[in-house]
Amino acid sequence: MIIEIGHYALILALATAIIVSLVPLIGARRVDQAMMDVGPIGSVVLFALVAFSFGVLTYAHVVSDFSVKNVWENSHSLMPLIYKYSGVWGNHEGSMMLWLLILALFSALVAVFGRNLPETLKANVLSVQAWISVAFILFILLTSNPFARLDPAPAEGKDLNPILQDIGLAIHPPLLYLGYVGFSVCFSFAVAALIEGRIDAAWARWVRPWTLAAWTFLTLGIAMGSYWAYYELGWGGWWFWDPVENASFMPWLAGTALLHSALVMEKREALKIWTVLLAILTFSLSLMGTFLVRSGVLTSVHAFASDPSRGVFILCILLLFIGGALSLFAFRAPRLTAGGLFAPISREGALVVNNLILTVACGTVLTGTLYPLVLETLTNDKISVGPPFFNMTFGLLMAPLLVIVPFGPLLAWKRGDLLGALQRLYAVAALAFVAAVLFFYLQHGGPVMSVLGLAAGLFLVLGAIADLWYRAGIGKQPLGIAWRRLKGLPRSAFGTALAHAGLGISVLGIVAVSTFQTEHVLQMKQGEVTDAGGYTLRFDGMKKATGPNYTEDRGHFTIARGGVEVADVWSAKRIYTAGQMPTTEAGILTFGASQLYVSLGDPTDDGGIVVRIWWKPYILCIWGGALVMAFGGFVSLSDRRLRVGAPRRKAKALQPVMEPAE
Amino acid sequence: MMRRFLLALLLIASAAPAFAVNPDEMLKDPALESRARAISAELRCMVCQNQSIDDSNAELAKDLRLLVRKRITDGDSDQQVMSYIVSRYGEFVLLKPRFEVGTIALWLSPVLLFATGISLLATLFFRKDAPRAVNLLSPEERKRLNQLLDGPDC
Repeated sequence: MIIEIGHYALILALATAIIVSLVPLIGARRVDQAMMDVGPIGSVVLFALVAFSFGVLTYAHVVSDFSVKNVWENSHSLMPLIYKYSGVWGNHEGSMMLWLLILALFSALVAVFGRNLPETLKANVLSVQAWISVAFILFILLTSNPFARLDPAPAEGKDLNPILQDIGLAIHPPLLYLGYVGFSVCFSFAVAALIEGRIDAAWARWVRPWTLAAWTFLTLGIAMGSYWAYYELGWGGWWFWDPVENASFMPWLAGTALLHSALVMEKREALKIWTVLLAILTFSLSLMGTFLVRSGVLTSVHAFASDPSRGVFILCILLLFIGGALSLFAFRAPRLTAGGLFAPISREGALVVNNLILTVACGTVLTGTLYPLVLETLTNDKISVGPPFFNMTFGLLMAPLLVIVPFGPLLAWKRGDLLGALQRLYAVAALAFVAAVLFFYLQHGGPVMSVLGLAAGLFLVLGAIADLWYRAGIGKQPLGIAWRRLKGLPRSAFGTALAHAGLGISVLGIVAVSTFQTEHVLQMKQGEVTDAGGYTLRFDGMKKATGPNYTEDRGHFTIARGGVEVADVWSAKRIYTAGQMPTTEAGILTFGASQLYVSLGDPTDDGGIVVRIWWKPYILCIWGGALVMAFGGFVSLSDRRLRVGAPRRKAKALQPVMEPAE
Repeated sequence: MMRRFLLALLLIASAAPAFAVNPDEMLKDPALESRARAISAELRCMVCQNQSIDDSNAELAKDLRLLVRKRITDGDSDQQVMSYIVSRYGEFVLLKPRFEVGTIALWLSPVLLFATGISLLATLFFRKDAPRAVNLLSPEERKRLNQLLDGPDC
């Protein structure tokens, strides 16, 4: 019964979404307050209904109600409780429900936190959000209903894909979707502004916190996904340029560009048209990513989701929203007035270069991802576009960006002093280079070119520190004053510095691991010893073990350095009993920012086993850098200037008489 | 065809999970082996999803790895090994497609996108009707401004 109520709540949600998609929009046209008020209330109700529906699905999974087809297909009564929860979105239907839940959440957040938005803009934004909700609720109800029942109910479920039975699944998709779907707000703001035909710096000020929030979550989501792939897939790779990874990476690139162009628009009213276009494109890429993953046109490790029949539906959604928004843009953009002017060498100029490079990089990833598909459709030729292509093109494009990042914050708005910035940064650049050479020397080995990569990473980190250093006037001012100035800097300045430094840390990790990593593939017998990354590993033998829903062969290794035992680790090959599906559970040991990665292969005829050991120096910097970036995002978000409506609240506080509550 | 491949792969995988690059496949000469590894990283495992034969544990990937190593020990250059593999398995096997008629748009896309962006920017900065970047004050204006700034506060 409860399942049917959840199903019904989703249908009610559809009705609500249809109302919210129309009434506030008409209200905004007629400037009818009552009609516009439907927006916020309806959005909150919509969220409540979707949340209830999602809760029911979660309940069905947690109590293992196998009369629900979705639960039967993707769950098992013996599965640990946490995977019963995360298994809700570890399948197509459930992940679309999560998508919808987060979409509705963002609509509700705009409704609640957007108190200070102009009424008509807010009404339009909420209506556009509701259009997206309508499309996705229809998609779920018509093609991917998670509430479908089975009669008679099977006694046992078919189990969740073993690769998904991991804490990673509990964290990665929600974070990723918070990012992916968060950009819907930027899209809705852009479309709403185009509908109104008015757009100004205030618009950018409202959009920026949402962009920043979405970007921060997407950063975390991508980093989490990358780490998950690294430890779960068992061959030590952390980025594969898989179509699905690209699908999440493209909105990130576009979103990063949007973050920077919205800054220019807010401060200088320039790049208006471009920012609106970028807001549309960013979410379009999110939608396209959803399409690519769900439709199965590109098969990948996320294959649990593929079903061609659903593809057509999403393709329609895709064409409707992207096509519609871009047509509206083409129709309205010429009417938007151009904004402030600036010299090529200025903060704006640097941010324009940032946007140019990020957009071109994003376009290249898009071309590489879709090219095989398009070529096959047109000529029947089958080609592959894989990591070697992306590494080369993307690397070449991003390299100059890494070098100019530290210059951006040091240049003044409107007209910058490149010579001044150079003078401030040459010491930093020299320091970065010397440190890189030293680092390279200490690690010995690897191509000399990697020194440049290391130097670029260090330059980003040191440049970010230098930015704060100069802003506080350390060295020029007495220490006390400098300290006070540092404390007085806006949080967004720290956010920027953190995000840029985080990028540098990631670059350092990427360069270090690709240059200095070592790999050892060998056959080992019990008691044998081998060296990797300055550590000695002793193979102590195999043991059989049984988990709640799997059996495994695990090998034990003792790790010593200089004859002293420092650690030990289990590495396993697992068979999940329900589906007889094998997985490798690598043994990973962390030493500082570096890791030893031990993976088991086949047993050999003479009683040994094939072992693969990687020494991954500084690999944790890759994800650590992303964490620092995301932390920078949160610090920036906490800046009171960015808090939605902060200026208005201040204005109110200045008024002697309290206004009646709205 | 593809489906049968996948089925075969599944059967192989579930029967005995093999492993990417096994020690018994590796060449004695480290220089040759590292060439083989570099080539393997650029070849696609045809029955897998977006994996190179170097990473894949599929049986077909193993055959290809052994084939690459055989050609290398027979004295082929990297280029010759690649051409040989492509002649047998088609362009699909290359993870980095060659610059050819069909892939011109792919390889030129970064350049074209970049050029488009630059030309758009150029029109932004060098529009005839736009004032040249930021207008500087004329000498008269500067004089007037200084007068205003220096003038008595009122």
